[in-house]
Amino acid sequence: MVISAEARSRIDGEIAKYPRRRGALLPALHIVHEERGHVDVDTAREIGEIFEIRPIEVMEVVSFYNMFFSQPQAKHHVYVCTNLPCSLRGARGLYEELKRHLEVDASGNTADGRIHLGHEECLGACAYAPMMRVDDTYHEDLEAGAAKAVVDGLD
Amino acid sequence: MLKVPYTTGYLSEHFADDDYTTLEGYRRRGGYEAAKKALTQMAPADLIELVKDSGLQGRGGAGFSAGMKWSFMPTDTDKPKYLVCNADESEPGSFKDRILIERGAHQMLEGILIAGWATGAEKTFVYIRGEYAEPARILQRAIDEATEAGLFGASCLGTGFRHEVVMQRGAGAYICGEETGLLESLEGKKGQPRKKPPFPAQYGAFGMPTTVNNVETFSHVPHIVAKGADWFRSLGTEKSPGHTIFGVSGHVARPGLYELPLGTPLSEIVFEHAGGVRGGRKVKGVIPGGMSMPILPASELDVPMANEFLREKKTMLGTGGVMVMDETTCMVRAATVITYFFRDESCGQCTQCREGTGWMNKIALRIERGSGSREDLDLLLDVAGKMEGQTICAFADAAAWPVQGLLRHFREDFEAHVREKKCPFPESFEL
Repeated sequence: MVISAEARSRIDGEIAKYPRRRGALLPALHIVHEERGHVDVDTAREIGEIFEIRPIEVMEVVSFYNMFFSQPQAKHHVYVCTNLPCSLRGARGLYEELKRHLEVDASGNTADGRIHLGHEECLGACAYAPMMRVDDTYHEDLEAGAAKAVVDGLD
Repeated sequence: MLKVPYTTGYLSEHFADDDYTTLEGYRRRGGYEAAKKALTQMAPADLIELVKDSGLQGRGGAGFSAGMKWSFMPTDTDKPKYLVCNADESEPGSFKDRILIERGAHQMLEGILIAGWATGAEKTFVYIRGEYAEPARILQRAIDEATEAGLFGASCLGTGFRHEVVMQRGAGAYICGEETGLLESLEGKKGQPRKKPPFPAQYGAFGMPTTVNNVETFSHVPHIVAKGADWFRSLGTEKSPGHTIFGVSGHVARPGLYELPLGTPLSEIVFEHAGGVRGGRKVKGVIPGGMSMPILPASELDVPMANEFLREKKTMLGTGGVMVMDETTCMVRAATVITYFFRDESCGQCTQCREGTGWMNKIALRIERGSGSREDLDLLLDVAGKMEGQTICAFADAAAWPVQGLLRHFREDFEAHVREKKCPFPESFEL
């Protein structure tokens, strides 16, 4: 079993809220991501059993959404919003500066694989631009120095 | 940092008060009294009439009458009925729903309770975008608090009416803000929109009759019940009553949220409330209602912000996200950013959209880099024209409209790139 008993019981709690089991698939995928960071084939098989669907149907959903992953992930995800309102206020310059500061490779990962840096579409913080999302937390009204301090402070 | 609107009205007047986010603080300011009135003194049909009479338009982008939408719910069915609260706010330039949840979750929940009674729904699914982790925590706390207090559950407010609220987090897909894409996602599938008809009122979440409303739409409802349709109609314009929360971003001195009556001139929002363009520069163009809505040039900013006036200018209110661009802005760059977004977010279901968004982005990039030709301008319009109205959902229209708008008002920017074989706007935002 790859999914822990605790996660499984949380998933069952979600299933109880829906008229059909599958309604709880996205909540279940969030729970699994909290625990494991991604959904591999074995995990997809277990999720498929819980939801009475085929593993490929699980992977189809995983691949559709930007916040779900099928490969192991860096410990921290840092995303700079580069949509228009943020771009108008210097987000792209900030993104380039963070790339240099973290010395990320072409795929956006640091050499130690601890941080992934990427850009994201509008995050609903348009008046507080530029901004970035670090895992579950928004950092807004950023200047380069403040943004660097945030990524330097990540464990 | 506490984020609250700079100008407030009935929706946001208490958003600066921290205790307003708690059930106790909300109730101390009269919260849930409108729901009590609705559930104990008003028949569902009368409530629907009231909301129809108020003229409340959906605030999620399409602007359809909320009361009409409610009236489409069948009354002669024994199937369970559902409400869906669309909190998937992802339209670039829009951030009002986030604050309506963070600072006024109970106001929205009270609207949901009233709408649940009016439509006979037994459950509301609130679908909130995945990136809104903090608003989701705040909302879940409010749902739990209200449920424990007996406002939701097997007997809401002790009336015997059953209604539960379930929150689901999305996972990063713009298309899930489209109401049938949302329903697919809620059912645990890829968020690919459904063909309509059947409409959600007949075949919605899990195949059951469903009404989908936006966060802000629900948030207006308690005020309409408390103060009446005439009061609501006394605000805003004749055809577009009430307030909305405008989100202002881009090159303004004071970006932020502004609660104002519909029909407020765009120029008043940009120059008076948001303080005009920073650094004393001039406005070049303003996107009035989120990125899908066509841009307006500086000469047309006297337009009142309501659909009946904006339509004359070939644009719409959308989500009320006002994006201001100053005179340094390269509109071809803006086109590349806009088309990249739609290319990235197309769900891939319809050929016109999947291919068209990619082509528009390629052509815009080619022009921006100085390797475009004169024919590319017409090609861009040709692709946009072949996407519009040709697909299952309105995403393709939303992708085509801003490109058409940029070429309508700023064709010269595109032509200058072709002529000079480079971007002639050195001071524009970097790409």
